[in-house]
Amino acid sequence: MALSILHRATGLANAVGLLVFAVWLTQAASGPEAYGCLVQMLGSVPGLLILGGFSFSFFYHLCNGVRHLVWDSGRGFEKHQANASAWVAIVVAVLLTAVFWGVVL
Amino acid sequence: MAEFRLPKNSRITKGKHFAATGGNAKSGRIKQFAVYRYDPDGGANPRIDTYDVDLDSCGPMVLDALIKIKNDIDPTLTFRRSCREGICGSCAMNIDGGNTLACTKAIDEVGGAVKIYPLPHMPVVKDLVPDLTNFYAQYASIKPWLQTRTPPPPDRERLQSKEDQELIDEPSACILCACCSTSCPSYWWNSDRYLGPATLLAAYRWLVDSRDEATGDRLDYLEDPFKLYRCHTIMNCTQTCPKGLNPAKAIAETKKMLASRSH
Repeated sequence: MALSILHRATGLANAVGLLVFAVWLTQAASGPEAYGCLVQMLGSVPGLLILGGFSFSFFYHLCNGVRHLVWDSGRGFEKHQANASAWVAIVVAVLLTAVFWGVVL
Repeated sequence: MAEFRLPKNSRITKGKHFAATGGNAKSGRIKQFAVYRYDPDGGANPRIDTYDVDLDSCGPMVLDALIKIKNDIDPTLTFRRSCREGICGSCAMNIDGGNTLACTKAIDEVGGAVKIYPLPHMPVVKDLVPDLTNFYAQYASIKPWLQTRTPPPPDRERLQSKEDQELIDEPSACILCACCSTSCPSYWWNSDRYLGPATLLAAYRWLVDSRDEATGDRLDYLEDPFKLYRCHTIMNCTQTCPKGLNPAKAIAETKKMLASRSH
């Protein structure tokens, strides 16, 4: 149940995060000054927290979405399976977020 | 519509404390039971009464404690019970934060005070007795009986193979206690239109019955954005079922039957 409501919450967060992404694109199109201003904002501590949260939200929603996809095929419905896949979704989302920030960026 | 706060007249107040007295007080094994109380005739808000129960003179299950409270401490306490062995479903209630049967929930499974509430998000008739009228009406709406068009064999019952029987073994073990449906957030928000896990499990039991000949009609009835598809695989139903059944899986299989029918 906790993961179910978190799936909804991250879905909402992703929609808001897309707005940030859209602002980033428009600022990039508006020239170096506007872009520099935004990069400075996003590079600050609160900005990084928002970006970090957005990336985790994205990866969690992705992982739990795959979990739901498997459920839709009728698999993984036993209690121990559902509890195990819950942990897998959380751990993989955290790992992907860490890899994204540590390796990709 | 989702409501995040209880209506004013449903908010819970602090109730009375029935301390251990006389012979009770001597025993070291006193367990506290915090029980939801609501009297529709009094006009007062619901309250939580706490009872100190001597476990040395009480049976092992939560239902034993409730019966002891009603017999020895407070006869006004109201709850449903019948079989006291997990087959009638009458004593379904919310114990220690989870929906289960009071008769099969052991007291010593609960650490600290035992908190007992009626099944969540249902109208309360009195104390621990919820109004299940809508729940039963939804069950009746799926026509939970064998429907056939072909005439029965003249000399015997309608038989089925052992394998076919096994398909309905689990879903037909449901006792309609309503623990699953009242644990489901989708059912909390939309119980006027969403059928809920218990009813959908029952519907599935007839969908997979090899003798039933109304599968198409049954699927037609379920193919609805609310009746069936308000299930979002939250899994509370399967987690809470005191009989160890799996309504979530039955609902997923029903969705699969509908999907494969339309392609």
